[in-house]
Amino acid sequence: MRHGRYPFIVGFLVAPVTLYVVFVIAPYAQAFYISMTNWRGFAPPTWAGFDNYKRMAGDGAFWKAIEHHLVMLITLPLVTIAIALFFAFLLNLGGRSRGSTMSGVWGSKFYRVVFFFPQLLALPIIAVLFGMVYRPNSSGLIDGVLIKLGLAPVGWLINPKLALWAVIAVLVWQAVGFYVVLFSAGMASIPKDIFEAAELDGAPQSTLFFRVTLPLLWDTLQVAWVYLGIAAFDGFAIVDVLTVDQGGPDNNTTVLAEQIYQNAFKFGKFGYASAMGVALFFLTITFAALTLRVTRRETIEL
Amino acid sequence: MTTNTEPGTSTRPRLRDIPPPAHRRPADRTGTRDLRLFSRLGQVALLVWAVVVIVPIVWTFLASFKNTTEIFSSPWTLPAHLRWANWGRAWTTAHVGRYFLNSVLVVGLGTAGTMLLGSMAAYVLARYRFWGNRIIYYLFVSGLAFPVFLALVPLFFVVKNLGLLNSYTGLILVYIAYSLPFTVFFLAAFFKTLPSSVAEAAMIDGCSHTRLFFRIMLPMARPGMVSVAIFNIIGQWAQYLLPVVLIAGAPDKWVLTQGIASINTNAGYAADWAGLFAAISLAILPMIIVYAIFQRQIQAGLTAGAVK
Repeated sequence: MRHGRYPFIVGFLVAPVTLYVVFVIAPYAQAFYISMTNWRGFAPPTWAGFDNYKRMAGDGAFWKAIEHHLVMLITLPLVTIAIALFFAFLLNLGGRSRGSTMSGVWGSKFYRVVFFFPQLLALPIIAVLFGMVYRPNSSGLIDGVLIKLGLAPVGWLINPKLALWAVIAVLVWQAVGFYVVLFSAGMASIPKDIFEAAELDGAPQSTLFFRVTLPLLWDTLQVAWVYLGIAAFDGFAIVDVLTVDQGGPDNNTTVLAEQIYQNAFKFGKFGYASAMGVALFFLTITFAALTLRVTRRETIEL
Repeated sequence: MTTNTEPGTSTRPRLRDIPPPAHRRPADRTGTRDLRLFSRLGQVALLVWAVVVIVPIVWTFLASFKNTTEIFSSPWTLPAHLRWANWGRAWTTAHVGRYFLNSVLVVGLGTAGTMLLGSMAAYVLARYRFWGNRIIYYLFVSGLAFPVFLALVPLFFVVKNLGLLNSYTGLILVYIAYSLPFTVFFLAAFFKTLPSSVAEAAMIDGCSHTRLFFRIMLPMARPGMVSVAIFNIIGQWAQYLLPVVLIAGAPDKWVLTQGIASINTNAGYAADWAGLFAAISLAILPMIIVYAIFQRQIQAGLTAGAVK
């Protein structure tokens, strides 16, 4: 049984580990060094210390991006989870009036299939699609209707106050279905007896939702919050494709990812772009650690 | 995932048949009224959301058959007739066909490579004890926590120095490398759950480690493999950042997401809106077909990672 064990282990690990170290680990490690240099890609990098970080602190676009991440970090999970929870509750437990067992409302299978579909579409394609939906003239889906109704068209992506919300709306549009399915799976694993017992005690639906379902779904909610929070720190594909001038108007929808991409591959400021990458890394890690700490609760054993 | 009837319920007395205790009655009645209102509001909300999801997609398909005049004058009506020429123009002139095949090639090889290398690494890490096992495992898993944007600049130069910029090979290898953390994490957990009795019996019969993996363990891990494969296919199909950075200079190799985004930019200059609608429709249609066939597996595969 022992013979050929080590050659086998090494043989199986060598390809995946090499690939992973070359394309993932090494770049991550280098990023921290490059962020401390003035590298423009041609001459060897020169050491710059914290110059890039100092410049970043005075860069308006950087702070705008941070502000957008914070807005997205709050609204994207809150709105998505609220909508998805409401729908998941209806689809799984909303139609209890007939029969004794808890069941979803009429047509719940259909809704689940439809809601989930946007998850399959790639974000850049959704972005192009919504670029048409938001078009500020009679050819746009929304403004076409507004104009027909005799109202003034709205510049969804042109108005600096609206643009970020238009972007967030698209992200919510895509994400809700996934979380409906995720929460449904969570709700399906809650024993039916608990609901039946609560119902027998005359608990109204709201109590059923807030006092029974929600606490038992806590772990799943935490996962959802972390996922959506991480999505709020990305946003590259949607901002790059959907918004005016890739992050516009006037940087009003820009995100760190877009700033990193443009600084590196449009302006050739590789050191500066890496510094922003490091900032993004620390933001993401801080968020994940904070979420896990703040939301930690005693898990309810069933 | 089904939530309705369990087999045992029919034999038990139905809860509704038991009369509630007298003092409960008023509460119960208001409860029912609450419930009816809640359910009805809920029904409306569900219907509204279904419309919000479906309408933009249907609208795009309708617009893909219109001409520019129709798109501007009557965005809400059916096209006067089916102009398949729009689709033809998108497929050939705008290269959607080419981008589509590129995506199929890159994602096909990318996912195949990910599954092969990921399952090999996960298997060894999950079922063999050796020095460095945990280090390698955590090396892979830590990749789940890092944003790709941190690695973007150095990654570009690693690929460039290897001479793989603007090549399928470079893109596929990078796809595999960045899909490994989740694949290894998920499959290692899966391989751990497989019983060891079968493996021991095979070893006694003189089966080699490699043969054991490919002939016995891999087939046993099939449900997990299917979930991860679906997860990787959807993830790699949607990838936009990596191709934009790594193969920007070779338009003939562009993948679908990148190609459609570029058509979107150019449509403004060419004013070929019908062509753009057709291009989006072409990108969406295969997804609808795939979803119609594999709906259950896809939902399970995509959510499996989060439920774990």
